[in-house]
Amino acid sequence: MSNFISNLFRSNRNLTVDQLIVKKTLVSFFLLFLFFGGCVWAWKWLRRQPLDSDIRGGIQQPIRDVLNTNELIFNKIFSKNHLTKTYSVSQAMKRVRFNGNIGLGNDFDTSAWKLYVIRKNGDTLALKLDDIKKLPKVDITFNFKCIEGWNQITHWGGVRFSDFLKAYGLSEESQMKYVGLVTPDEHYYVGIDMPSILHPQTILCYELNNRPLPMKEGYPLRLIIPVKYGIKHLKRIGTLYFSNNRPPDYWAERGYDYYAGL
Amino acid sequence: MKKIVKKHPLAIRWFHWINFPILGVMIWSGLLIYWANDVYKVGFGDKTLVKFFPQSFYDAFHIPFRLAEGMAYHFVFMWFFFLNGILYVFYTILSGEWKYLLPNRQSWKEAWLVLLHDLHIRKTKPPQGKYNAAQRITYTAIIIMGIGSILTGLAIYKPVQLGWLTAIFGGYKMSRIIHFALTIGYALFFVIHIVQVIIAGWNNFRAMVTGFEVIKFQEDLMLQPEPLPVPIEPEIPGVPQVITTEEKIEDEEIHE
Repeated sequence: MSNFISNLFRSNRNLTVDQLIVKKTLVSFFLLFLFFGGCVWAWKWLRRQPLDSDIRGGIQQPIRDVLNTNELIFNKIFSKNHLTKTYSVSQAMKRVRFNGNIGLGNDFDTSAWKLYVIRKNGDTLALKLDDIKKLPKVDITFNFKCIEGWNQITHWGGVRFSDFLKAYGLSEESQMKYVGLVTPDEHYYVGIDMPSILHPQTILCYELNNRPLPMKEGYPLRLIIPVKYGIKHLKRIGTLYFSNNRPPDYWAERGYDYYAGL
Repeated sequence: MKKIVKKHPLAIRWFHWINFPILGVMIWSGLLIYWANDVYKVGFGDKTLVKFFPQSFYDAFHIPFRLAEGMAYHFVFMWFFFLNGILYVFYTILSGEWKYLLPNRQSWKEAWLVLLHDLHIRKTKPPQGKYNAAQRITYTAIIIMGIGSILTGLAIYKPVQLGWLTAIFGGYKMSRIIHFALTIGYALFFVIHIVQVIIAGWNNFRAMVTGFEVIKFQEDLMLQPEPLPVPIEPEIPGVPQVITTEEKIEDEEIHE
C-alpha cells in the first residue's frame, strides 16, 4: 500500500502500466479535490466579507464592486435614443397593481403639498401642482417592470422631466451626476443617474389612465422612469435635489443594485 | 495487457469542472430571484401538474425573501458563466475537438440506436468513439442552451437598451419564460448525465478527471490495436548486439 505513496515520487519510466494508472489517477483526483476545496474556501471568504460601506449595507463589498462595474459596462450601450416599447392606450390595465406603501404616510396633508426643488446654490424652489401641470403634457403607455419579476402595461401622464428642468432654469443642475428624490415623510428615497432622468420617456407624472393619481399610486406627483425597475419610480415626490455623489437609496441600502437600469 | 489511452484534453476537463460550481451558483441565485414572482406551472386548463415550486422546496433550500441577494450574485457570477462558456467554445473550435462533439450526418440515426440500447430494447452496441451519437447531440444542445441562457438573460437584464434582443425572444415575458425553461433543462440534463455516468462506469468517469482511459487487450488475439512493442536493448558500445533467431540459424549453417 505504501507503494502508492512512494510511486508518486518515482519517474513514470520506472513504473509498470498498473502503477502508472494508480499514480496518475491519484494525482488527478487530488487536484480535483483541491479545486473543489478552493471553491468552498473562496465562497466562504466571499460570504464573510464586510457589507458595502459606500451605500451603507446590504451586500458584501466585492459583490457591490462588481455591480458598480456592471453599471459602467452597460452604460456603454445606454442611449437616450433607446426608447422603451410603447403600447396603445387600450392595452393598458384598468386596475394597476399596488405593490408598496413605503413613503405614503396616512397623515399626508394634500392641501399643504409642494414640490421642493433644492438648487445647486442651496436655494429652494417651492412648486404647486399647477406649476407643473401648466407645462406641456406627455403621456406614455409602456410595460412597467417590477424588480420582483412581474410587469404590467400601464398608462401614465405628466411632464417630461427634461422639459421641467428647462422650464425652471435648472440647466446648470442638469450638468450634475445624480438626482435625489424623497417622499414628504422622508421614509422613501431614491437616487438616479442624470442620463436616465434626462431620458425622453422619464416623466414627472400626475395622471394614471387620464385621471389624477390615486393616493396609493403617489398622489399628487410621482416619477415614471421606464429605463428603471419600479423601485426607482418614487411615489409622492416631496423633495428633489441634485448631487455629484450618489444620493441615499432605500433599496440599494437593502442590497439591490443602485443603478437598477433596464 | 493494459494500455493508457488519452481521451479528454486538460482544457476540456477544466472547463467542465469549473462550470459545475458556477452553474450551481447561477441556479441557486436564479431561484432566489424567481421566488419573488413564482408564477410558472405546468398543467392544462385548471389542472396543475407541477407548480414551480412547492413551498417545501423553497423552505428546504432557504429560498424565500432573498431577492436582492439573488440578483446581486446572479449579476456577478454571470461573468464567470459567460467567460467559461466562451473559452470552451473557442477551445473546441481551435483545437479541433469540435469534430468529436458536433453531430454529423450519421448522428441523428445513430442516436436512436443509443437510446434503444440504453433502454435495453436493442442488444447490439451502437458505435461509441470518443462520444456516441446521443452524446454529440446532447453536448452540442447544452452549448446552444448556454448561449440561449446568456441571450435571454441579457434580454431580461436590459429590455430597453437591448429591446431588439427582447423582441427576438418574443418580448419580456417570453424571454423570462425561456430563461426559466432552459434552467429546468439543465436540471433534467444533470440528472440524466449523472445516471449515464454511473452506468458507463469508473473508466469513463475517471477519464473526465485524469484525461485517460485504460484499454485492456489480449496479446494473442488479432483484436489488439497495434503490434506489441518489442523490447529494445540499449546500444552500448563494445557490447555485442543481440541477434535475432533467424540470423543465429544462418550463422550456424555457415559454420557447418
